[in-house]
Amino acid sequence: MSYLVRRLVRAILLLLGVSALCFVFTEMAPGSFFDDMRLNPQISPDTIAGLRAQYGLDQPLAVRYGRWMKSALHADLGYSIAYNAPVAPLLLSRAKNTLLLSGTALLFTWLISIPLGVWTANRRGRLLDKAVTLLTSFLISVPELVIAIALLAVAVRSHQLRVGGMTSSDVEGFSTFQRAQDIALHLALPVFILVLCETAVIVRHVRASVLEVLNTPYVHAARRYGVSRSRLLFRHVLPVAASPAISLLGFSLAGLLSGSLMVEVVCGWPGMGPLILEATLSRDLYLVIGGIMLSALFMVGGNLVADVLLFTVDPRIRKAGTDAS
Amino acid sequence: MRAKTLTLIAALVLLHLILLFAGFFAPYDPTTQSRELPYAPPTRLHFRDSAGLHFRPFVHNWKTSAESDISETYKEDLSQSYPISFFITGSGYKLLGIYESHLHLFGTTGPARIFLFGTDGYGRDEFSRVLFGGQISVAAGITATLIALFAGSVLGIIAGYYGGLVDESLMAVTELFLSLPWLYFLLGVRAFLPLHLSTLRTFFLLTGVIGLIGWARPARLVRGIVLSSRNRNYVLAARAFGASDLYILRRHILPATFSVLLTQASLLVPRYIAAEVTLSFFGLGVNEPVASWGNMLTTLQQYSVLTSYAWLLTPAAALVVTSVLYSALADVFHSQLESLTT
Repeated sequence: MSYLVRRLVRAILLLLGVSALCFVFTEMAPGSFFDDMRLNPQISPDTIAGLRAQYGLDQPLAVRYGRWMKSALHADLGYSIAYNAPVAPLLLSRAKNTLLLSGTALLFTWLISIPLGVWTANRRGRLLDKAVTLLTSFLISVPELVIAIALLAVAVRSHQLRVGGMTSSDVEGFSTFQRAQDIALHLALPVFILVLCETAVIVRHVRASVLEVLNTPYVHAARRYGVSRSRLLFRHVLPVAASPAISLLGFSLAGLLSGSLMVEVVCGWPGMGPLILEATLSRDLYLVIGGIMLSALFMVGGNLVADVLLFTVDPRIRKAGTDAS
Repeated sequence: MRAKTLTLIAALVLLHLILLFAGFFAPYDPTTQSRELPYAPPTRLHFRDSAGLHFRPFVHNWKTSAESDISETYKEDLSQSYPISFFITGSGYKLLGIYESHLHLFGTTGPARIFLFGTDGYGRDEFSRVLFGGQISVAAGITATLIALFAGSVLGIIAGYYGGLVDESLMAVTELFLSLPWLYFLLGVRAFLPLHLSTLRTFFLLTGVIGLIGWARPARLVRGIVLSSRNRNYVLAARAFGASDLYILRRHILPATFSVLLTQASLLVPRYIAAEVTLSFFGLGVNEPVASWGNMLTTLQQYSVLTSYAWLLTPAAALVVTSVLYSALADVFHSQLESLTT
């Protein structure tokens, strides 16, 4: 059990570190949301000082951080200056959409990557393996932004997929089923972009970890003893190759969330991405911090899930209780 | 294998030379506007006319025929043809930022215009902008890589060489940096910095932010190498002979990190070019009118532009070429490294 406890402590420390880092950056920042107001002669310096006090920006860093921490524990992430509304509900309404997008993308990515990775590793050097390797290395080297823009261009031209936003404008009269269908049509393009980018990376890792196990002496020995190919693969290779793949699941989340931010902005999906971008452009401090914290929380949560999975799957970790990663 | 590597290196050198001397290779200044020619398609190069085949290609100007108020269509003005001239004098630029020059590789004289990649919404020559924009984007990628590698190797050496508490705390910080979604992080850091600055300051701010976020991975790699080479026999022998820390670092440990750093560099440069492009695409990086591959792509966020003017995708194509070349280089380095260790 100590393994899981240690991972949990590490996750909490990580979140603390991220929030501390955010506040240190705010301290170093030379400008603020009120800079534009300061240029306006109609607003007196007293008003700005009053506003700063109202938002607690006149306090020293440690006090602000302490206050923010205290309220963050009650799921209150501060106040958005630009939206004039609490940050938490603002973020949550968008976070649902981001989770829908990245969750769907994650599901499809792994559904494609695992069979493809295992298959290509098992048929190493054949035509399919070579084709997949070539394609993935090309996709990895092309920046995600370019893939997104190119696919968007194709989608807009073909008129087959819905682009922009999450629902059609005439969604009001739709039944529940039609509504779900409408969202799915809008979801298809951003999910496809994300899956394409992520699969390229993950297929390679799955293939590599299966190959590694296939080259171990005990697999060679089992093969010489005449264990059938399928039994060898499913009974002896895959359970061992599963561990690195599960750790990879945790690691891949960061890339997925970053990719999702970019894809949301390009495709106009109303997730956290466009909100954070807007907040960045208007220097809406607490909204930005809240967004980063929430993305870190997703990351940490996903990693914990991966840890629990690893703990249940891998007897080495259960027994030794040592850190495998 | 050898010939392939040489071709690759030649292509990379050529790419960087073209970008470095963008002023010479580009026919126009990247900010010069031809307002009467917005979204003009790429100029066609002709070799044949009624007089027969020409060795020197010639072009026709675009003329607009307004079919309606909204959509203008471009047709070639066949009444006049203009030959392309090489090594002509045109708009002034500063070569390498120092030498004043007016010499361009090619161009046209008289009222003729040549737009190899068409024009953008302000009638600016897309080809010139791709070259000048590439200057900024690629330089940003390389600078950010240097920053990340420098910070990473200094901290990695400190962690690996001194070990103990220093090592543990530094590695905890790298984990923090590695586990965050980098784009969120990048946006966050960018949010706390001033938005509108001079291009030069934006450039260094941007590369600084990208590089400082990326120090963690090189730091871990360097630390690993330092750790493994610290207890090699030759290092132990050197120490027994009374060599100082600095001597051992310089003589035995730094050379061991070199090949890994080279591989990392070839991996990081395209990634950081993409980071700059993404930030500028979002409007958080290099601002207009200065060109960067990122802010040139920003207009494509309008669907009408995205579908109608395919030539505005040329910055993306240039980015793909650069990225593919760099990752091919990374593969070469990687296989060299593997053949060295085995």
